[in-house]
Amino acid sequence: MPETDVVERPRGDTFPDTVYHLKSAGGPCAVEISDFNLWYGGTAQALWNINMSIERGLVTALIGPSGCGKSTLLRCLNRMNDLIDGIRIEGRIAIDGSDIYASGADVIAIRKRMGMVFQKPNPFPMSIYENVAYPLRVDGIRDKALIDLTVEQSLRGAALWDEAKDRLNESALGLSGGQQQRLCIARAIAGSPEVLLMDEPCSALDPIATAKIEELIDELRGQFTIVIVTHNMQQAGRVSDNTAFMYLGRLIEYGETSTVFTRPLAQRTQDYITGRFG
Amino acid sequence: MAMDGVAAAVETPAAARTAVAEARKATAGRTRLIDLQNQGEPWLWLLGGALALGIVMIAAFLLLVFWNGIVTFWPRPIEVVRLVDGGLVAGEPTRSQEFRPGPELLATLSPEQRQAIARDGGVAERTLFRTGNFDLYGDDFRWVSAFERAETTRPRDMVLVERQEWGVFVGTVRSFTRNGQTVTVTSPSDPALAEAHRAARARWAEIRRIERGEIGTVNHYLEKERLALRRVQLENPDGGPRVEEAMRRFSEREAELQRRYETLAAEAEALRRGHEADQITLADVNGRTKTQPLGTVVRIIPSNDLSLMGKLGVYLSRWAEFVSDEPREANTEGGILPAIFGTVAMTLLLVIVVTPFGVITALYLHEYAKQGRLVSIVRISVNNLAGVPSIVYGVFGLGFFAYIVGGSIDQLFFPERLPSPTYGTGGLLWASLTLALLTVPVVIVATEEALAAVPRSMREGSLACGASKWQTIRNIVLPRAMPGIMTGIILAMARGAGEVAPLMLVGVVKLAPELPIDGFFPFIHLERSFMHLGFHIYDVGFQSRNSEAGKPMVFVTTLLLIGLIFTMNLSAILVRNRLKRRFAGAQF
Repeated sequence: MPETDVVERPRGDTFPDTVYHLKSAGGPCAVEISDFNLWYGGTAQALWNINMSIERGLVTALIGPSGCGKSTLLRCLNRMNDLIDGIRIEGRIAIDGSDIYASGADVIAIRKRMGMVFQKPNPFPMSIYENVAYPLRVDGIRDKALIDLTVEQSLRGAALWDEAKDRLNESALGLSGGQQQRLCIARAIAGSPEVLLMDEPCSALDPIATAKIEELIDELRGQFTIVIVTHNMQQAGRVSDNTAFMYLGRLIEYGETSTVFTRPLAQRTQDYITGRFG
Repeated sequence: MAMDGVAAAVETPAAARTAVAEARKATAGRTRLIDLQNQGEPWLWLLGGALALGIVMIAAFLLLVFWNGIVTFWPRPIEVVRLVDGGLVAGEPTRSQEFRPGPELLATLSPEQRQAIARDGGVAERTLFRTGNFDLYGDDFRWVSAFERAETTRPRDMVLVERQEWGVFVGTVRSFTRNGQTVTVTSPSDPALAEAHRAARARWAEIRRIERGEIGTVNHYLEKERLALRRVQLENPDGGPRVEEAMRRFSEREAELQRRYETLAAEAEALRRGHEADQITLADVNGRTKTQPLGTVVRIIPSNDLSLMGKLGVYLSRWAEFVSDEPREANTEGGILPAIFGTVAMTLLLVIVVTPFGVITALYLHEYAKQGRLVSIVRISVNNLAGVPSIVYGVFGLGFFAYIVGGSIDQLFFPERLPSPTYGTGGLLWASLTLALLTVPVVIVATEEALAAVPRSMREGSLACGASKWQTIRNIVLPRAMPGIMTGIILAMARGAGEVAPLMLVGVVKLAPELPIDGFFPFIHLERSFMHLGFHIYDVGFQSRNSEAGKPMVFVTTLLLIGLIFTMNLSAILVRNRLKRRFAGAQF
């Protein structure tokens, strides 16, 4: 791994190979993305030849300017992009070695292993309790004691239990924006996924709510493999172990967060970090 | 400022800004003294005016229907007019108008009358009197011109008698017989008359109960036995022990039922003799008398001798009869309970059928079908279906539902009743299905819109939890879209309840006192033809022998129909608002 100078700045549309300097958690990686390409509407290529392995138990941040493909990549991890018409995919994404885009792969089973938190809080128009119990309900679990336990644990895990325990049967829509987002995190972890995908979870929240979510991510570190897309570089610096910088659908640099932010190895990363563009 | 001057000045951005400011000032100075643009928004006036006009027209229409419907049952005074030629006319004045007497009419008048008309510019006033007594006069109404009148009085002993047959009688009560004794009546509010009338009505109701209810039941069972025998005969065309067994059973049951019938018929006959014996004698204003059974008199109203409470009593009792009884007198009098019942039953059945059909279709079109040319064509076709004339649906319903589907059902399940059809003719079920077909586009379009309005984030949230597509639709999408779907159902209901033309072909009849629900298995008889308020309006207003008599009923029935649709819509809207409230705090 080169630890010396910044890689020479590429010119025009030429992109050098991705620079890697990962912090490894040891053991097998959680998600392995190899030679991954994606086209919208058959012609517009949104992701170019992505190769990255997401380390188990760590927090991985995806950063980059708007339209760089970070959300697209994240949504490929639980096949959320299946909902979009005219999408075409090449390459391989493997969770624990099994390819999620293999023909015959069970999309629902894949999504159950990957919890997802969205940009805007999207609680269902049900009670707080039912929101958190939803992943269990769709699995057909009827055991009341188990559901009660899971709801409590998930709400505790999302740091919402103290605020919500007395109003579990009230509508989730009565919560504040930050509480709603923590409820969505509780919902995501209630299904005990392996990986937690967060798509700019704080972009619709005020600074205090953001701080709470960041604290929560820190607490969840180690329990789940977390992949977080963020626009906010300070946030990425605060919460993540590894950071992937993407630009125009390419993975430019993927490495240990402290290094990416202090001594980036790729010229483009440095330009972005220092605010020269993006 | 000349054009080239402007062009010359525009060299720097600052100069350009100055030039624009100058130009705008110049246009502002050109404002006319009266400029619509400066007085407000002319377009806004136009749009607001159109809305106001629409609201005024709707309000005026509702007010007209409401007022005419409300006053119909209020008792009016009876006027007795002595004519110039000495004749007497008695009746309720219904309306007045001015008219221009023709030369033939003028030629028959006296010189004084002609002078009076000439003074008023050749115009005279006339009043339409509801004289009743159709059995004596051959007409219910009579115009009386102002110049014919010599004297108008309101005698207190004049009564309006509502009867089972022949419409109302206007005149006086002479006498009645009870238990073979004739009692002369001096005052129409004679308590003895009221008591005798009550007793006669009770007896009449008892006769009707025996003849319709009990003898009807016997006939029903007799028919059932006959059909059972016929069925066995059809199944064993060559005869045999089973047919003989069935025939033996039939003759046993028939004899038993016949015995029951004879007992009941004797009972009814005894009552009928009493009914015929108790007579009432009425006299019209010219002294012509009419004698008829007291039991066939519905009400005796001393119109000119009523206190306010008395009038209110008559008013309420007429309303009560209207909403709870069967029609009489070719639907122009009596109640409309079967029509109310038929309308409500048909509308509910329509909703029960149209909701799953429309919602499932829209779900498939919006959620599952691959959006492409074919789906677009289907969607356009569905929207166009809403524009097909409703009578076409009626023809289709008759041909497909009644004749093909119903005919097949008859052949399969009711062969013993053929050739008289059971399902193979118009009926409540086929009418509801036809209207469901007519209104299904409304539900489909509304449901598709409601589904499209469900935020994408909701669906994604559910799918990300590992829910399948169907689980997402059932748990998240449908509940969220429910208010919109309800709106579609409300629209369909309003459209269906107000539709008449197709119903005339698929099961609505002028008179069907038998309700589609009764005490005989299977209790709900969807194959029966039924009455409908909309058709009732058409029938009473435009198909009866006397449109003048039907006119008030048209208004009352319209009022009731509007009220009924309003009530059904209101309850649906309340349900929808309850659903909406669940999503009130949602922010997306």
